[in-house]
Amino acid sequence: MISFVLRRALLVIPAFIGVTLLTFALVHLIPGDPVLMLAGERGISVERHAELMTQLGLDQPLWLQYATYLGNAIQGNLGKSIVTHRPVTEEFLTLFPATLELSFCAITFAILLGIPAGVLAAVKRGTILDHGVMVVSLTGYSMPIFWWGLLLIMLVSGILGWTPVSGRMDPTIWMDSVTGFMLIDSLLTKEPGAFSSAIRHLILPSLVVGTIPLAVIARMTRSAMLEVLGEDYVRTARAKGVSPLKVVMVHALRNALIPVITVIGLQTGVLLAGAILTETIFAWPGVGKWLVESIGRRDYPAVQGGILLIATVVILVNLLVDVLYGVVNPRIRYRR
Amino acid sequence: MALLEIENLTVEFGGGSNPFRAVEEVSYTLEKGEVLGIVGESGSGKSVSSLAVMGLVSFPGKVTASRMAFDGVDLQTLSPRQRRKLTGSDVAMIFQEPMTSLNPCFTVGYQITEALKIHQGGTRAERKARAVDLLGQVGIPDPASRLGTFPHQLSGGMSQRVMIAMAIACDPRLLVADEPTTALDVTIQAQIMDLLLTLQRERGMAMLLITHDLAVVAEAAHRVVVMYAGQVVESGSVPAIFDHPRHPYTKALLAALPERAIGAERLNTIPGVVPGAHDRPKGCLLAPRCPHVQDRCRTERPPLEDGPDQSRVRCFYPLDPDGVPTA
Repeated sequence: MISFVLRRALLVIPAFIGVTLLTFALVHLIPGDPVLMLAGERGISVERHAELMTQLGLDQPLWLQYATYLGNAIQGNLGKSIVTHRPVTEEFLTLFPATLELSFCAITFAILLGIPAGVLAAVKRGTILDHGVMVVSLTGYSMPIFWWGLLLIMLVSGILGWTPVSGRMDPTIWMDSVTGFMLIDSLLTKEPGAFSSAIRHLILPSLVVGTIPLAVIARMTRSAMLEVLGEDYVRTARAKGVSPLKVVMVHALRNALIPVITVIGLQTGVLLAGAILTETIFAWPGVGKWLVESIGRRDYPAVQGGILLIATVVILVNLLVDVLYGVVNPRIRYRR
Repeated sequence: MALLEIENLTVEFGGGSNPFRAVEEVSYTLEKGEVLGIVGESGSGKSVSSLAVMGLVSFPGKVTASRMAFDGVDLQTLSPRQRRKLTGSDVAMIFQEPMTSLNPCFTVGYQITEALKIHQGGTRAERKARAVDLLGQVGIPDPASRLGTFPHQLSGGMSQRVMIAMAIACDPRLLVADEPTTALDVTIQAQIMDLLLTLQRERGMAMLLITHDLAVVAEAAHRVVVMYAGQVVESGSVPAIFDHPRHPYTKALLAALPERAIGAERLNTIPGVVPGAHDRPKGCLLAPRCPHVQDRCRTERPPLEDGPDQSRVRCFYPLDPDGVPTA
């Protein structure tokens, strides 16, 4: 098992280099001049422009800029934001807990609802329940996130007034940021109502971010379960006198989880992409909103660094998924 | 009283006015400690009928019978929970494909002790000791170290031994063996068959042996039921049926044995195929393939009629000992 984990971990290195190359290339393909953006409407002299270009290292050949960038990135230095002059890593780490909290709640919601829904649809295949689950999940999958978010805000926050419209915490409650995770911080603080406020702020954004993963997980679980339920070993379990519930939840689900776990890993990428839009809609102070703003400001180091850090998170989550694979599926664990 | 009584067992697939009958009015009995062979071509309904006995036919299959009793208990009146108490303990089953019949995600030990846990309880250590004992009984070397292995680490023969260990875990009185050796190498086939017959004799367990291999039946079974297209066409004691088959289909099956074609240019075959869902004949189901077919056979279905010595045959003109149709 240890050698299996190590071999998987080694694969992270080429993936990481690939991501740096991609982010670097993508950002430099965006049209627009960062120095002109910095200068704003006042304009800037040609000499000052050249001076700033040199200062920021933007006058050097692309390959050299990339080499410098990669060298610094490996040392954990992703440069300073052109706009705020604070280190990109620092800005990212300040905002990341908010995104992580949102993503975690969203994927938890998607898994807790998606797997049972998929199992139920598979076991009751061909019934109204099955068709219902599939229609709802297809709708969820097809829904544009920003529109779905706005719709929910209008209905649940606006008309029904059940949840707050935006932000992470009621502005009347003030508390220290210890971990950056509101759910934990609000439990640590003595402020009354802080925890419930944190939860109420989380509900809608989590639902919105989790919608697409939920739909994908439900559909994947259903098709994997349908395949597994027809397997000989499921019949063997029934022939042993195992109860129908245990046949489905133990013998079948354990096997069906293998493709589902893959999908969950892949969905973390979708999740963070969804978080970018959702954070903007809900004024959620996370890395997604920060990235969108940085792109608007042509803040090259911030965008590059932000995407790189998000990609690193996705790579690490997928590493975790690979390891989970081995735990669930002994055939992978023992393959030499 | 017979251990297993099956009367007019029918299994249908697909609803509506014209469902497909995979098994049609099958009747047989099985005494305690007896080995009953069920033979037939692929698609003759022998597997489906045994799954119906186990209660393993799942939706959309529909099982009906005028009587289906195990040790005098009517299986059709039992609740699903009561039925499950029988399956895996008193009635156990092994399957054709050992490699796919074990769950790839669980260890051999887990899969054997699971049956013990459901039906017999006991402590974890007791169950583990019993599992080691069972693996030893089915001839697996170094059984204690095998508990932690996963199915993909076992060969086909070893997997089938594990399946057998699982099946006999709760000392069943009836073992249903659905083509237990078909998927195995020829050398392993003999070993597994020997193992099954030894266990059967030692434990006095009744066995329903489903196979398309008449040689296996001749060696292992006391009585035999010949199935064709979902129906029983002939049943009786093994010596009687092998020496003097009364149904033309049984005779053709026996003639198709390679051993009976020694010296001949070609092996004997039965022309045509088993009728499918949409081309079932109106009369006798064998009529299109029968060498002795008469007009009556094409319009009327023959009933299963009792003969001497508990034998039964479904033919208007059963063959006499010389192989000539009687009037």
